[in-house]
Amino acid sequence: MRFPGTLNVFAKPWIWSYLGALLVWLAAIAFTHGYGAGGMITAGLALAVFSVIAGVAQMFVITLGPGNVDLSLPANIGLASAVAMKVMNGSDQMIAFGLLAAVASGVSIGVANHLLISLLRIPPIIATLSASFIIQSAGISYGRGLQIKPPPGFAEFTTAQVDGVPLLAIGTAIFTIGIAVLLHRTVYGRSVLAIGQNTRAAWLAGIAVERVRAATYVLSGALGGICGALLAGYFRGSSLEIGDEYLLASIAVVVIGGTSVSGGKANVPGLWGAALFLVLLLTMLNTFGVSAGIRFVVTGLVIIGVIIAAGGQKG
Amino acid sequence: MSGTTVNIVKLDGVEKHFGAVRALAGVDFEVGTGECVGLVGHNGAGKSTLMHILAGTLVPDKGEIIIGGEPRQNYAVVLAQKLGIRCVFQELSLCPNLTVAENGRVLHPSIAGWGWRSRAGKLIGSKLDEIFPRHGIAPNAIVGDLPIGQRQMIEVARAFTTTNDPLHLVILDEPTSSLDRQTARQLLSYVRRIVASGASCVLISHLLGEILEYSDRIVVMRDGKVVMADRASGFNRDKLVTAMGGATQTKKQAAVEAAVPRRTTPVRVRARPVHQSDGIELVAHQGEIVGLAGLSGHGQTELLLSIFKGASRRLPGIEVTDPVALIAGDRQSEGIFSLWSITENIGIRSIGRLRNGLLISSELEDRLAESWKKRINIRTPDMRNNILSLSGGNQQKALFARALGSEAKIVLMDDPTRGVDVSTKLEVYELIRAEAQAGRTFLWYTTEMEELENCDHVYVFRNARIVADLRRGELSEELVIHSSFQDAAVL
Amino acid sequence: MNSVSGASVIRIPWAGARTPRRILRAILPALSLALVVMGIAWLNPRAISYFGLNLMLNLGIPVALATIAQMFVITVNDLDLSIGTFVSFVGCVAATWLRDAPLLGVIALLAGVGVYALIGALIYLRNVPSIVVTLGMLFVWQGLAILVLPKPGGKAPDWLHGLMNFHTPYVPFPIIAAIAIAALVHIGLMGTSYGAILRGSGGNPNAIARAGWSLLKTKVVMFALAGVFGVVSGLALIGLTTSADANIGKGYTLLSIAGVILGGGEFVGGRVSPIGAVIGALTLTLAGSLLNFMRVSPDWQVGAQGAILIIVLAARAIINRTDRRAL
Repeated sequence: MRFPGTLNVFAKPWIWSYLGALLVWLAAIAFTHGYGAGGMITAGLALAVFSVIAGVAQMFVITLGPGNVDLSLPANIGLASAVAMKVMNGSDQMIAFGLLAAVASGVSIGVANHLLISLLRIPPIIATLSASFIIQSAGISYGRGLQIKPPPGFAEFTTAQVDGVPLLAIGTAIFTIGIAVLLHRTVYGRSVLAIGQNTRAAWLAGIAVERVRAATYVLSGALGGICGALLAGYFRGSSLEIGDEYLLASIAVVVIGGTSVSGGKANVPGLWGAALFLVLLLTMLNTFGVSAGIRFVVTGLVIIGVIIAAGGQKG
Repeated sequence: MSGTTVNIVKLDGVEKHFGAVRALAGVDFEVGTGECVGLVGHNGAGKSTLMHILAGTLVPDKGEIIIGGEPRQNYAVVLAQKLGIRCVFQELSLCPNLTVAENGRVLHPSIAGWGWRSRAGKLIGSKLDEIFPRHGIAPNAIVGDLPIGQRQMIEVARAFTTTNDPLHLVILDEPTSSLDRQTARQLLSYVRRIVASGASCVLISHLLGEILEYSDRIVVMRDGKVVMADRASGFNRDKLVTAMGGATQTKKQAAVEAAVPRRTTPVRVRARPVHQSDGIELVAHQGEIVGLAGLSGHGQTELLLSIFKGASRRLPGIEVTDPVALIAGDRQSEGIFSLWSITENIGIRSIGRLRNGLLISSELEDRLAESWKKRINIRTPDMRNNILSLSGGNQQKALFARALGSEAKIVLMDDPTRGVDVSTKLEVYELIRAEAQAGRTFLWYTTEMEELENCDHVYVFRNARIVADLRRGELSEELVIHSSFQDAAVL
Repeated sequence: MNSVSGASVIRIPWAGARTPRRILRAILPALSLALVVMGIAWLNPRAISYFGLNLMLNLGIPVALATIAQMFVITVNDLDLSIGTFVSFVGCVAATWLRDAPLLGVIALLAGVGVYALIGALIYLRNVPSIVVTLGMLFVWQGLAILVLPKPGGKAPDWLHGLMNFHTPYVPFPIIAAIAIAALVHIGLMGTSYGAILRGSGGNPNAIARAGWSLLKTKVVMFALAGVFGVVSGLALIGLTTSADANIGKGYTLLSIAGVILGGGEFVGGRVSPIGAVIGALTLTLAGSLLNFMRVSPDWQVGAQGAILIIVLAARAIINRTDRRAL
């Protein structure tokens, strides 16, 4: 299935993202003369995990159709990291409770977002943007800026490896397979894809549009919660800013991964390719020793380039 | 000085196709100076398409456009404006966030610089005064805040304003549809005055009284051709109606004789249009095919949508006993999921039932698609191809399959064979009859007369109300057209 | 001259004006401002003085300018998520190049406006959503800001500092500046003949195109104007703070959107009010002071901005629902 109105080169951008990932990795190890090649992949996989989880959340929301985006993800992730660590309180027995608390925090954000959108008729962009500011404040007053350490068992789990492949990456890979099944093989997934292609036709075909929308924002919130908890474990401490880079990252992996920004078409394997590409791109830039400023500019230009090349729906 | 009237516009042998549908099949049309031409015809006659070509918003496939005696190439709206041709279509083209005066300026780039706003305001204001005395519209009112009637007055008045370009011809497509009687009269009287001063007008209206009273010449269209044209004095109501009704085409297979008579099977739908004051309501029994007729845009679609909504929640005046499916006529914007395959498009209404446990089974999906491919004869090598690979008619068949493949006992059809070729239509009619025999109820809004012959019962709509209730025996094309064109006693 | 949502419009338009929705919409900005000022006056009467107002409203000028920039973009049915970091970039350039190498600084700022115009053209020609493109630009400007000024510092050019600290008699400078900005943009967008076309391109683009106007041009003009006002906003900010850092414009994005909405603007349909937007910006600025006086924890000040936007939109939704006339 071709994207209408695109250059053929981008007919399957998500394949190119895997290729791009490979290229930047090669460029990086060329610079280091092969040193640390394996380590780059391991670290790349581990970091890509978080972009993928955030990307799945954003993917479902964006697929609902134009104008749908969850700008509250970063704040959600930050708050969830604080909630998870505070509940876990450094004790291995509380890991499950901590995870549940983080998910609950994310779910309530999702519910709040949906209420703003459906009850108050606030456009999703603004609703989630405003919500993110409120969440930030909630996070500040709740977390008091303290960096709470994760329980040792949890921290180990998030950084565990099997033959150089992070456990988290394996788990997330299985998770994305499940997501693909959810998207293509369940009533909910089909409904999202239908609504994104043509909301009116979906309603006329008997789909419960509002309920599906609500479920999607809640799902996005929940995934943000999980992401926050895992990040806190991986980086050995919660932080409210821990989610900040995942705003661009989540949208970038969705767009570069081949999901249509006009909605109705989602690409799950592309998320991994795009995530690896972006993470390794940053690794490569770090290896070259470029400054933070250039890193920002490059990531911004990459996403703009991809979306401009792909173009939007005609007419 | 020649004795013959100079033609402002002349369309020669104009043809226009939309895919498989012939909207205009070779039309000659001309308008002289200083005359008002009334253009009439039933649904699908081609009036709007012809006027779009005249106004420059559509390009004809064949034929010549001759303006002011010269054939024009690359004819488009901007050129039309320069040549003095304006149009007011049913879709209003005002900017709701701008004031009346500002909307006037949009059409006249030459109004600029110091004092532009008062000049634009005077231009529009004086034209409104000229056409609609005591209109009460201020030039600095924001258009979006005004009621629809006033917006239509502004749009019409704006079309008659002139700055640098001349005004030779104004096309008015149903200009009085949102106006009350008095305002409508003001407009039409103004048209007569302007025609007397040398400009011309094309007037499209379903109110035959207006056409007869205010036109110099009347052109009747049907099925993409001009069927009759004469001085207005040569027509009366009946003659117009007959001309539009015209000779029916070759007889098709008569409807099945075993049609179920009314009131023996259970009632599935009761629906009363919102504006219906006389208590008449639409009633549909099990196994019936009920038609909704009348000119397009007179409330049929609204009632179907109310019934659709009424199936899942309580609506006043609507009673629905079983699940409902709807087949849209505008498949682009209301039916097709353009990124999906034919199979997925068919299955979407029934995905709940196509599951194996929690997950959708592609086997069940394919089986449903294949069975309907055979049943409704969808011409495609592979049902897993993208839906857009099908012809328009076959796409519509897929939408039929979607609705009929579901468990819905009531099927609402919103002009579903619009833009579909003849052979597809015949297949579809057979299918509907068979399904009705098996117990399904169909509510069928159609703009084509022959299709109503499939119905057991027809309700004719006018101005969002049911005005006639015809059983199959009583049903005749003339009767439907008469009811559609009856001028309202009081609007 | 009338705009439905002009806050301090004295003349009320004729036909159709008496519907409650229109009046409420027009009053909302002024009402909110009055409420905030009254709140401050009640909690801290001495704040309502020349000195106090000057202090509280000073930083409202760059906010107002950024709000106007956002307003231009919203008028054509788009959204600019990058205005905050663009202001940071301008600020960093102003505190370094503009002082040390003025020519380079001017070129950089002009290039910034040029990039904004280019973004507008690309969004129109490629039919892509502005939020994704401006999200990308957010990061580009941020990176450029860091490159220009890696560590906080720099110094504003003297002329800029002098301008922003101009002492006006009787009425504090910020108020005069706000009135000037509001008047200028109001005349430009609501008063000129091409301004009507620009707004029309947001209200009914098809109609504008059919009448022969270029939609590409309107889009580019509006984005370029946003760039210009973004530049002026950054300059004003640096004139006040005298030094800069790469995060100085953080928060301006939400503030600018909130200001436009508070001022009666709508996201689609080309309905905006320059006067309302400036009033909205000042209201939000004063709200910050009000929260201080109310001893609201600084933790919640950020959240308060989001809450204000939600409350305004909720009020708008309620007003729309109670208006019985169908559109």
